[in-house]
Amino acid sequence: MSFVRESPLPLSRKDFETDQEVRWCPGCGDFAVLSQVQKLLPGLGIPRENFVVISGIGCSSRFPYYVETYGMHSIHGRAPAIATGLKLARPELSVWVVTGDGDALAIGGNHFIHLMRRNVDLKILLLNNRIYGLTKGQYSPTSDFGQRSKTSPLGSIDRPFDPVALALAAGATFVARSLDVDQEHLAGVLRQAALHRGTAFVEIYQNCVTFNDGAYDSLTDRATRDDTRLLLEHGNPLVFGKGRNRGIRFVGGEAQVVPLGQNGATAADCAVHDALAASSGPAFLISQLGPPDFPVPLGVFRAVEAPTYDELSEELGRKARAASGRGTLEQLLATGTTWTIE
Amino acid sequence: MHRPQAVEELESVVIRFAGDSGDGMQLAGDEFSRSVATAGHGFATRPEYPSEIRAPVGTLFGVSGYQIQYSSHEVFTPGDAADLLVAMNPAALKLSLPDVKPGGMIIVNSGAFTEANLAKAGYTSNPLADDSLSHYRVFPVDISGLTSQALAGSGLSRKEIGRSRNFFALGLALWLHHRPIDDEIADIERRFTGRPEVAAANVAVLRSGYAFGDATEIFPVTYRVRPAPVESGRYRSITGNQALALGFVAAAELSGVRLVLGSYPITPASEILQTLAALRHFNVVTFQAEDEIAGVCSAIGAAFGGALGLTTTSGPGMALKTEAIGLAVMTELPLVIVNVQRGGPSTGLPTRVEQADLLQAIYGRPGECPLPVLAARSPADCFDCAIEAFRIAIKYMTPVILLSDGGIGTSAEPWRIPAVESLPRLEVKYRTDPEDFRVYQRDENLARAWVRPGTPGLEHRIGGLEKDFMSGDISTDAANHQRMVEVRAAKVARVAQDIPPLHVDGAQSGDLLVVGWGSTYGAIEQAVVQAHDQGMGVGHLHLRHLNPFPADLDGVLKRFRRVLVPELNLGQLARLLRERCLVDVVQLNKVQGRPLTVAEVYQRILEVAG
Repeated sequence: MSFVRESPLPLSRKDFETDQEVRWCPGCGDFAVLSQVQKLLPGLGIPRENFVVISGIGCSSRFPYYVETYGMHSIHGRAPAIATGLKLARPELSVWVVTGDGDALAIGGNHFIHLMRRNVDLKILLLNNRIYGLTKGQYSPTSDFGQRSKTSPLGSIDRPFDPVALALAAGATFVARSLDVDQEHLAGVLRQAALHRGTAFVEIYQNCVTFNDGAYDSLTDRATRDDTRLLLEHGNPLVFGKGRNRGIRFVGGEAQVVPLGQNGATAADCAVHDALAASSGPAFLISQLGPPDFPVPLGVFRAVEAPTYDELSEELGRKARAASGRGTLEQLLATGTTWTIE
Repeated sequence: MHRPQAVEELESVVIRFAGDSGDGMQLAGDEFSRSVATAGHGFATRPEYPSEIRAPVGTLFGVSGYQIQYSSHEVFTPGDAADLLVAMNPAALKLSLPDVKPGGMIIVNSGAFTEANLAKAGYTSNPLADDSLSHYRVFPVDISGLTSQALAGSGLSRKEIGRSRNFFALGLALWLHHRPIDDEIADIERRFTGRPEVAAANVAVLRSGYAFGDATEIFPVTYRVRPAPVESGRYRSITGNQALALGFVAAAELSGVRLVLGSYPITPASEILQTLAALRHFNVVTFQAEDEIAGVCSAIGAAFGGALGLTTTSGPGMALKTEAIGLAVMTELPLVIVNVQRGGPSTGLPTRVEQADLLQAIYGRPGECPLPVLAARSPADCFDCAIEAFRIAIKYMTPVILLSDGGIGTSAEPWRIPAVESLPRLEVKYRTDPEDFRVYQRDENLARAWVRPGTPGLEHRIGGLEKDFMSGDISTDAANHQRMVEVRAAKVARVAQDIPPLHVDGAQSGDLLVVGWGSTYGAIEQAVVQAHDQGMGVGHLHLRHLNPFPADLDGVLKRFRRVLVPELNLGQLARLLRERCLVDVVQLNKVQGRPLTVAEVYQRILEVAG
């Protein structure tokens, strides 16, 4: 699906751990994400000093302090803009943005969509716990309709955002979703994101033990998870359920659950996931699946190649130099009509 | 060529072109300036245009004006009042009349004085037919009709013909002032390369306007101004916004470091982004961000990456950038923020001049959040200020606010092109040595080290949370916070020792020191020169560094008995001088969206010192 850059330097997970005391609540889903990132980075063949982690504000935005690379813990919602500026200055760096549902989708919503459409070559991990954690328990743009929280004691009347659908609609070239506790799945998705050229967006369902515990229980509970998850695999039919007994098909743009083995229905009757489709339409249809009638899709929704913003920006400079030459300050200052006074 | 007998030799002339925003008055004014510039006159211009792109034709709020003063000596302002007004319609006449000298010449496009246009301008009777203009020398010329005649048979549509009217007015103005027409024709052909039919039409109309002056004999006198005896060298015309753009490219060239501009279009600052976007063949990257906040944040990201981070805006945008500027203060990254001030508050007067963001620049952030503040005094001075802003930002690892305004941003003046070797060098030293590296360790200027990501062994994290004095780790320690607040303030205060000695024009001590900043320079300078010539003990000090104040400021103020501060606000520098220098200050304040006039400053000087 993406090009692989395997030339491991002698780096290990230990090289990416800092001496800073991690200040997340015990049991927080953020630990699992941090651990996967620290496992992933050493194997990417990139020198440690070329990684930069940039975050905004919120629990997840503490992330840079715990990764032994360059990093900036910036201001609320603005990490995508800061990361974009950094890539325009230094396209050769591997830049990772870590954000949350409030940071990316409320105060930083504008930067988020523009990052997606520009396709700046950076990775953005959205740790979605559907609640404001650092400010201690107010509802967020991804909280369920009706959710009770400190600022919605009577139930939230906000309809939630779906970050995956938003990213797709904004034109993102790589969109994926995973789950904090499913280490294997998360590792796989993060690895594919790391290898993508362009903006790679990964939504990670992350449990907040303190203010929204159990938000993803039905997806993690062994008893229910086979029926509630749809694991996306490029080129394979959309099949889920205990014993893979159900599938998804689309009729006139509407999703239907197909019971497999009944009335002669087989996996061949289900929609086949095409993450490489030129249009984001098929991925968008899949992003609309979810409870109560459908399982939650996890995995890579979309992964397509497109010119990156930083690459195009460098290209502008190269083309301008090819057309006008490098340019000297002497020439520039004397541009236009000049006159000489003796 | 026929000329009337009378040729008046003048020291200086003020001309104002006024018409509908679609009448091409800015172009006519620009061309007239180019003509006098290349002849070696001192000049200064002031374009005034409505914020509506195409306001309804003939209305008062659709009037666009361009004023130029040119002279046989150095010119500091576009002039208080016009000697010659060219008014293309009744609305332009009505709006410009208060700015015409009594006895001044007015050429009106009589073809546009229709009943409908008179009504739109709010005239109940035709001013060309009553005696309301008796204090002026009025010359009605049917510019609309004569332009149509000149282009009869050209095949151009009525609308296209109408667009050439400004060249008739320009041709006539050039004739009245003994300007050669050939340069102008060459320039029109250059300007409209690729559209030969438009060039041909404009040249025909220009010639027609020029010939009209010759043929009609209605003008009893023409005017001649001698060239100004200015310093020898190569000159060009430049606006403040252009000079800033060139200054920032110079900063990139002089430091050998990439310039990254993150900016969102806003009047009257957009021209800086536009100019730099066309200079990508230099080591320049421009980024039109999704909003003002992304503009400054992308510049901060670039600065973290080791580039020269720059963001440009005007008042409303400054408000939005405030939080991010605080981040740059906290992370101690070099960054330049340009505020081309306009009338405020809120959307205010987007295309008009004001200087009311000084206190915001110095104090307008949460927390103890000091940073150096500079202000440019003239279009040409913008070039030097751009380099100076980055010199301070790099040397002290701090964001710097550079104030310009809508007056100097869009006005043009002649600029003596500097020799590149005469420009200051900007030395950038990134730290690469991992030995004993502490993120907030400081050098003799109290600046921390600039480390580019990608440097092995120096991996570190910075951010908006308070930092430990040395390690840069997050710290909530009480004593550490006070120490950090104090060291950030001390670092900015230290810039005061790094400023050239102040220069006073006029009297060096005595009755009155007039202290200004920013675009009021021209009006104050001319008024002080006048007063000084009259034998008054008046000096002029114009401040470039507004935070911190230069170390020798107190000493200069003490040499004078009184201090007058003229400003386009309600007294912001005056307040700072009282607070920081403990001097009594007399004020002159104007907040009308228009520049100070020489007469206003001179009058106030007489009141205070006379």
